[in-house]
Amino acid sequence: MKNIKYLVVGIFFGIAFVKAEVISWFRIQEMFQLTSFHMYGVIGTAVVTGMISVFLIKRLGIKTFGGETIVIEDKKFDKGQIFGGLIFGVGWAITGACPGPLFAQIGAGFGVVTITLLSAVGGTWVYGKISEKLSG
Amino acid sequence: MIELIKQPWHWLPAGIVIGLTVPALLLLGNKKFGISSSLRHICAMCIPANIPFFKYEWKKEIWNLFFVAGILIGGFIAARFLQNPDAIVVAPKTQMILEQYGVKDFTGLMPLDIFNWQNLFTLKGFFFFVIGGFFVGFGTRYAGGCTSGHSIMGLSNLQWPSLVATIAFMIGGLVSANFILPFVFKFLQ
Repeated sequence: MKNIKYLVVGIFFGIAFVKAEVISWFRIQEMFQLTSFHMYGVIGTAVVTGMISVFLIKRLGIKTFGGETIVIEDKKFDKGQIFGGLIFGVGWAITGACPGPLFAQIGAGFGVVTITLLSAVGGTWVYGKISEKLSG
Repeated sequence: MIELIKQPWHWLPAGIVIGLTVPALLLLGNKKFGISSSLRHICAMCIPANIPFFKYEWKKEIWNLFFVAGILIGGFIAARFLQNPDAIVVAPKTQMILEQYGVKDFTGLMPLDIFNWQNLFTLKGFFFFVIGGFFVGFGTRYAGGCTSGHSIMGLSNLQWPSLVATIAFMIGGLVSANFILPFVFKFLQ
């Protein structure tokens, strides 16, 4: 089962999510009401950590543990990043969760978030259904 | 040590642990950190309905579903065994604003007066679970990623479209929290 390692990374990540309280609806309200630095600190530190890591991997030509060359595809600009981004932002403040925290909230015992997750799957499905029309 | 872990984590170590997910996934198997794709894989796996957007080899992306399953288990472990014994500390100004909206429960990570099963078939539940969730799922896919894929992975790799997406997330959230939510809470009261 070569995928178990990703489950393990997910577990550590999920614990960090809960302990940093980034899965908290309250923390998301604080972030968007600009009353606390916490979320900006978490996301900012995560970005800097990721940036240094990616820089070192590229600079030193570090390969995967399996010896594969690490390739990170560039993101292509699309107007969806603006419109979709705005829509997601609105949903983020309502649910208090981006997709990752949805899973952690359910695990942490907020069972009703299962409905939010199902609706998010539904939203993704509807996007898939109309995506060709949107990209015109 | 365990007592230290049980405390709510400061943003600095928390951000480092979350950020280290980026190199961890790259080193383990050349995987790019991203979570909202899992929703697409679930669609492709369960309800593809012959839609071109869901016709791809999702089996190759199954690692992503193991990853999110791990997040769920991690959430369980943290809440069950590493729980902070004290109530959450909410910024006084936000607590005051939320109290005006009728939010009264400030004991846990989520306000139980919103996020409980009794609200499922009410307008409140419809708004916070169904509409909110739909926006998250539709918006992230339209944007091609969420906070993890764009804001953390994309910015880590210096991708300007991810910066555009991140700014859009923030603007959407600011508008939602400061203009839409007050209106909705007023309407629901």
